[in-house]
Amino acid sequence: MSHLPASLAHSLPELILAAGILVLILVGALRGKDSDALVTEGAAGLLAVAILVILLAGKTAGVVVFDGAFIDDGFGRFMKMLTLAGSLVTLIMSQEFLAHDRIDKFEFPILILLSTLGMMVLISAMGLIALYLGLELMSLALYVIAAFHRDNLRATEAGLKYFVLGALSSGMLLYGASLLYGFAGTVSFPGIAEVLHAKPSLAAIFGLVFVMAGLAFKMSAVPFHMWTPDVYEGAPAPVTAFFASAVKMAAVAITLRVVMTAFPSIAPQWRQIVIFISLLSMVLGSFAAIGQANFKRLMAYSAIGHIGFALVGLAAGGEAGVASVIAYMAIYLVMTLGTFAGILSMRVGGINVENISDLSGLAKTDGVMAFFLAVMMFSLAGVPPLAGFFAKWYVFNAAIQAGLYWLAVIGVLSSAVGAYYYLRIVKIMYFDEAAPAFDKPAAAPRAVLAACGVLILLLFAYPGGFIDATSAAAQSLF
Amino acid sequence: MFGFGILTCLVFLPLVGAAFILALRGTDERTLENARRAAFGTTVIVFLLSVYIYAKFDLTSSAFQFVEEKSWLGHGLVYKMGIDGIALPFLLLTTFLMPLCILASWSSIRVRVKEYLVAFLILETLMTGVFCALDLVLFYLFFEGGLIPMFLIIGVWGGQRRVYASFKFFLYTFTGSVLMLLAIMAMYGVAGTTDIVTLLHTHFPQSMQKWLWLAFFASLAVKLPMWPVHTWLPDAHVEAPTAGSVVLAGVLLKFGGYGFIRFSLPMFPDASSYFAPLVFALSIIAIIYTSLVALVQEDMKKLIAYSSVAHMGFVTIGLFSMTVQGLQGAVFLMISHGFVSGALFLCVGVVYDRMHTREIAAYGGLADRMPLYATAFMIFTLANVGLPGTSGFVGEFLTLLGAFRINSWVGFFATLGLILSAAYALYLYRQIIFGVLDKPALQSIRDLSWREAAIFAPLVLVTLYYGVFPAPVIDTSTVALNGLLTDLNSALAVTKTAALLP
Repeated sequence: MSHLPASLAHSLPELILAAGILVLILVGALRGKDSDALVTEGAAGLLAVAILVILLAGKTAGVVVFDGAFIDDGFGRFMKMLTLAGSLVTLIMSQEFLAHDRIDKFEFPILILLSTLGMMVLISAMGLIALYLGLELMSLALYVIAAFHRDNLRATEAGLKYFVLGALSSGMLLYGASLLYGFAGTVSFPGIAEVLHAKPSLAAIFGLVFVMAGLAFKMSAVPFHMWTPDVYEGAPAPVTAFFASAVKMAAVAITLRVVMTAFPSIAPQWRQIVIFISLLSMVLGSFAAIGQANFKRLMAYSAIGHIGFALVGLAAGGEAGVASVIAYMAIYLVMTLGTFAGILSMRVGGINVENISDLSGLAKTDGVMAFFLAVMMFSLAGVPPLAGFFAKWYVFNAAIQAGLYWLAVIGVLSSAVGAYYYLRIVKIMYFDEAAPAFDKPAAAPRAVLAACGVLILLLFAYPGGFIDATSAAAQSLF
Repeated sequence: MFGFGILTCLVFLPLVGAAFILALRGTDERTLENARRAAFGTTVIVFLLSVYIYAKFDLTSSAFQFVEEKSWLGHGLVYKMGIDGIALPFLLLTTFLMPLCILASWSSIRVRVKEYLVAFLILETLMTGVFCALDLVLFYLFFEGGLIPMFLIIGVWGGQRRVYASFKFFLYTFTGSVLMLLAIMAMYGVAGTTDIVTLLHTHFPQSMQKWLWLAFFASLAVKLPMWPVHTWLPDAHVEAPTAGSVVLAGVLLKFGGYGFIRFSLPMFPDASSYFAPLVFALSIIAIIYTSLVALVQEDMKKLIAYSSVAHMGFVTIGLFSMTVQGLQGAVFLMISHGFVSGALFLCVGVVYDRMHTREIAAYGGLADRMPLYATAFMIFTLANVGLPGTSGFVGEFLTLLGAFRINSWVGFFATLGLILSAAYALYLYRQIIFGVLDKPALQSIRDLSWREAAIFAPLVLVTLYYGVFPAPVIDTSTVALNGLLTDLNSALAVTKTAALLP
């Protein structure tokens, strides 16, 4: 049993965020309509402080606090950093876009913060209750920001769709959780693991399946991916960027934690599920994206495919597998943020565009943006020496070492299929005749795109530190 | 040198040139001229560096030389460079062709000149890296990375059907290579490292060898290319700009053969001997079928492209004959084919720059107005046929010798291809150079400019010199190849004895 001060100390980043959110709501409410810039800056500052606090916490061993509901460990810290970075970058690069669309309300940064807080609780959850708390806090804020552009029909449709399907998946997760609790008599993950180790049962496996279904929904893995293309396309681009970056990190993190800490003894059972959804996600993500004309929709299918690749590492299991998933998600975060920074810069004559045909001949009109976007595309396709290749190397290597040969073969072949549509974007930018040039892009998305591009380009030069960090993070889960 | 080894310097020097060109501002003719000079200067320096390496190279040792090693990804994956007698000729070939490529693009590339030069310099880094890498992952990095600049070179500066050709090129090679990547991972699982030197002496279980061999074959056969996965090559060759074709035929195809010598033969000896009949069958089909296809081509570049496929058939026969003649012949043939087919593509480029068509029927009787050109073209055509006295002869003769030593039918069918190659090469030459110059468009065609002559002169020299004195190439590789064969035969002997044991 830990004491309250210790508990509070170990959840300091979360507490800072929570307190900050309350202050910012007050600021927003008191200052009224023109407070958006201030609140956004405050929110960005809060996220930066949270990152700093986590960084300063250093490499202490995992500590379980709040009576076993919450853990502060290396894995959690690493994934929280990724999540926070995703939120922070989304906030920074979206302000100009929102202002342009006249939806720059101060609620937006606050909802992002609330959702991020939910994610952090989720990542650190050590029991079913904390898991559900974090998940719902994250999702409720997401439902709202998906429909944030409320005068836009597609955005509201996206929000509604996401809400209905999200509620369904929460229900499934809750059902699974109740089965697990009913069987194990405890909500804590280690407790469940202990009981399952002593006496595995069919009911618990039922519970596992439902919990996995709920998590797969948040990760947008096939067959629970249906909402993804519509929500990605319908929601405002900054919101989509948030969905694709921070949310993915949190969802994958909690999936890793649940299967590794609560179900290690029934690994063969969850492994089957993971292999199944990973396989389907990779194949569907590769083939379905081929025909897409809308960049955001294409990125939705791409996200489905990439979750499939990441899950290959989880299917491999073990420390190497988990480390590979972490590495994959970190690299994917950079690639996806960079790509969305590009999407946010697509505007012709004051109107936001998002079809890939609008990129036509970009290399002639804006060579720098075309170059960095091309870097993102080649990296997403997994072509060396870009970072995306290393991501694929780690997950598939883990799969091969674990003997999952066929999964790896199908995986790499579907990545070759997927290469087609990434190449198509490069082709449109480089080989086609120039379309009307984009308006001068705002500074923030451009800087983000360039920064992500440089990271992706140069990872191969000094990958050692990054790889060590992911293995250290993975170690703390075992 | 600056804390790096000389190989690292050589490999990454072109990137410095690329950065310099990117830093140039403006698009006026003077800036572009400077950019071209910078690119040319860089490639020449790289070539001189490689000559220096050759001069310092110890020909009597079969070990890797100029080895440098740094920590990289950790867990047994290191940054390791080094070169032996097998890789050195390929490295020299690459660095030799690159300045010529830049010269050949001097006036024919008019749009996005700086990007073009940067793409070529990056490509040079990746190509030289392939031959210097001593770590499999590092090798794969260079091997696959080359796809990006080549994809852009074909797609941006190519001909009519450039988009189709670039996609086909990329997706074919990418699909083959990802399977090789899985094999690399599996080898890493067994050996705990991807250090090529260690892997050369690692024994893989026989059943595993077959899978690994097939996975490597999937990638290397596409790169080489072998029938029936060669179809990307004619398209890519035809659509690529001249210098792109030269690099494709001269260097990128050699990755396949180099991979077979470096990985398939020494690392999977049992599987290599098991699959050798398959390779022979595919090679013979390639030689005869693509030679026949070449005979009916109407596009000059396509004809040469098909002839490349046929020549690579000889290479694979030589390699998998696993005789010393076959291996030496294969290496020599690849080097010789590197500059002969490169030169032939340059020949096409010369008339294409003037007439903007590659159709064979559009030409005829060029000997009248272009005597210099006709001479150069003749030398390369004869070298392509394999006439004694040219470099083409030595390689083909040695590979056939190797083929006859193991199976006379293989040798017989391969020799048939030789006859066919004379047919299509001479047909091309007759149609373009001989006959009456009656086409009005050709009346005012000019002979080689001094720059073009400067490109062809070293190529003609090398072709003739190696035709009568092939020793430099053979001596460079012979010690390493002998070492490889000794290891290979002892590995096979071990397997045989094991099979005989009850």
